[in-house]
Amino acid sequence: MAAGRATNAAEPGAAQDAGHAVEHVALTLADQLPMLLILVPLVAAPLIVLLGSRRLAWPLAYGAATASFVMAVFLLMRVIGGEVISYHIGGWAPPLGIEYRVDSANAFVLFLVTGIATVVLPYARTSVAAEVDGQHGTLFYAMFLLCFTGLLGVVITGDAFNVFVFLEISSLSTYVLIAAGAVRDRRALTAAYDYLIMGTIGATFFVIGLGLLYMATGTLNMADIAERIADQTGNRTVRAAFAFIVVGVGLKAAIYPLHLWLPNAYTYAPSAVTAFLAATATKVAIYVLMRFMFSVFQPLYLVEVKTLEFIIIPLALLAMFAASVIAIFQTDLKRLLAYSSLAQIGYMLLGIGFLSETGLTAAIAHLFNHGITKAALFMGVGALVLRFGNSYCDGVAGAGRTMPWTSAAMVIGGLSLIGVPGTAGFISKWVLVQGALEAGWWPVAMLIVLSSLLAVVYVWRMIETLYLQPAPERAAAGEAPLSMLVPMWLMALACIWFGLNTELTLGASLSAAKGFMAGSPGLILAGH
Amino acid sequence: MAAFTLEFIVGHVNYWLFTVLMMTGLYIVVAKGNLVKKIVGLNVFQTSVFMLYISMGKVTGGTAPIFPTDMQIDPDTVYSNPLPHVLILTAIVVGVATTSLGLALIVRIQEQFGTIEEDELLEIEKAMAAEDTRLHGEAMGGLA
Repeated sequence: MAAGRATNAAEPGAAQDAGHAVEHVALTLADQLPMLLILVPLVAAPLIVLLGSRRLAWPLAYGAATASFVMAVFLLMRVIGGEVISYHIGGWAPPLGIEYRVDSANAFVLFLVTGIATVVLPYARTSVAAEVDGQHGTLFYAMFLLCFTGLLGVVITGDAFNVFVFLEISSLSTYVLIAAGAVRDRRALTAAYDYLIMGTIGATFFVIGLGLLYMATGTLNMADIAERIADQTGNRTVRAAFAFIVVGVGLKAAIYPLHLWLPNAYTYAPSAVTAFLAATATKVAIYVLMRFMFSVFQPLYLVEVKTLEFIIIPLALLAMFAASVIAIFQTDLKRLLAYSSLAQIGYMLLGIGFLSETGLTAAIAHLFNHGITKAALFMGVGALVLRFGNSYCDGVAGAGRTMPWTSAAMVIGGLSLIGVPGTAGFISKWVLVQGALEAGWWPVAMLIVLSSLLAVVYVWRMIETLYLQPAPERAAAGEAPLSMLVPMWLMALACIWFGLNTELTLGASLSAAKGFMAGSPGLILAGH
Repeated sequence: MAAFTLEFIVGHVNYWLFTVLMMTGLYIVVAKGNLVKKIVGLNVFQTSVFMLYISMGKVTGGTAPIFPTDMQIDPDTVYSNPLPHVLILTAIVVGVATTSLGLALIVRIQEQFGTIEEDELLEIEKAMAAEDTRLHGEAMGGLA
């Protein structure tokens, strides 16, 4: 009977029924997407090293990133309506087996990470050839793919310990990528070392938290942990686990006082690496924070509400102002943007702190919008570095005349950073202000607007440098090559596109926020 | 609230040791100026977590979780929990990778800066930053 119905391919519903009726046959390529998304870059990375060919390294890396991007788009389309995909690795059902779980929240972050990688790689080809030692080109792309794999794995997995493993894969490769900037400035080495020390402390804190959770529950599956600690609100082990996990992930996300690694790392890393990391790494950490706060620990935990209210929100506000003020006084555009990133992380944390659907929507939307904005800006700075050899304000002064396209893309990115209407940055800040007003915290809403004014100051400094200052005497430098301009403009146009058409960003964010606010959907045993 | 009886103190001996080891490691990372010593501190810090996980898997009266070769399993036998041990194997591998990467970075720092003492490195970087400000500071009117 099943075979008879399966032949009726014109009816997708019927074919699906038949698939479920016959066990072990139902797996199609579409069902394997969650695994393939991780496997393709993970296999491509060692392949690049083994082949050792400088000509093949880039095409392989680009092919893997594009394949992951296509898969992420398919996954996002499937889950944006609120469906949850549960993929059981090797057919072992959770909680014993490792589960990959895709819902609208992480499908959206996967979309961001894969999209940024696909855009940054064509850009990296020219930029990396100029900034990184030629003989390390192959290894650079292998590291880039490993970092990419790690970030994807952190996002997609539904197993708490798996998060740690992927977090370390991405962190270790990030340290190497940052240190690759040593060709241009030897301070990249100390920046990478500092990040290594702090990142390892953060990851170790995270793993201590997981250990305590395992002690309290005897399981590592996130949904299963959530179920088992739901009635243990007073358990001190669980509280300690919460504290360790928040601090550990907070180090990775560069929550204000834990941010010390970030400015140097972003400043001295190769430009393509900075563009990729700024748009993805801290965003993924913010996602992990949300996942643990809402899908593992219950938002109703008193300790969580108090942590958000008395620690996260004040620190977020502090970051919004202190980091913006520091950004204003920078002489290096790259460092200026690094500090601005810290301020923007404050907005995302603030959205989480509201503990409301609107606040979370704002946080997730800002995570995405700021990702594309910073990618555009850091790619612009990378193009300046390529032509002028540095990114100091006086070094690149007057670049608007010789590099009009690069400068224009940076202006669009800058406007989106401020949150000018018509750009992506405006949308998420608008929802954030709405969230503040909804919670009745109008002073916080005022502070959001005020700190945006600080962003006006530093973005204006950037524009003034590019357009209004006279160019110093130097060898005539032309516009950046097309391979860098196209990715940069893709991101700049995305800033405008997502500022006018909010269907995808706000739709996915709202769906994700609803999923988070509903808590954990529990174990899904009938998966693939 | 558990009172600090002798039983409580002795019963939690693995946690006391874990805490002491963890704090020792963290202290070395923060207080020592030599980059290699910092890595050693980091190792001690990570080792404390290994101890937390491994001691967590111990079941009172439990034996090693290995089935007899003839597979005649006695249902009364109590086994220790092997899962935390397996987890920590992964963490040990991560620790080794971190250590080797850290040491490799130290070698490169020694080559480039000629020192691996933190205060001397800070001194050099401060001088470099001052030089940057002197060269490029006019953009901010000397405010940077």
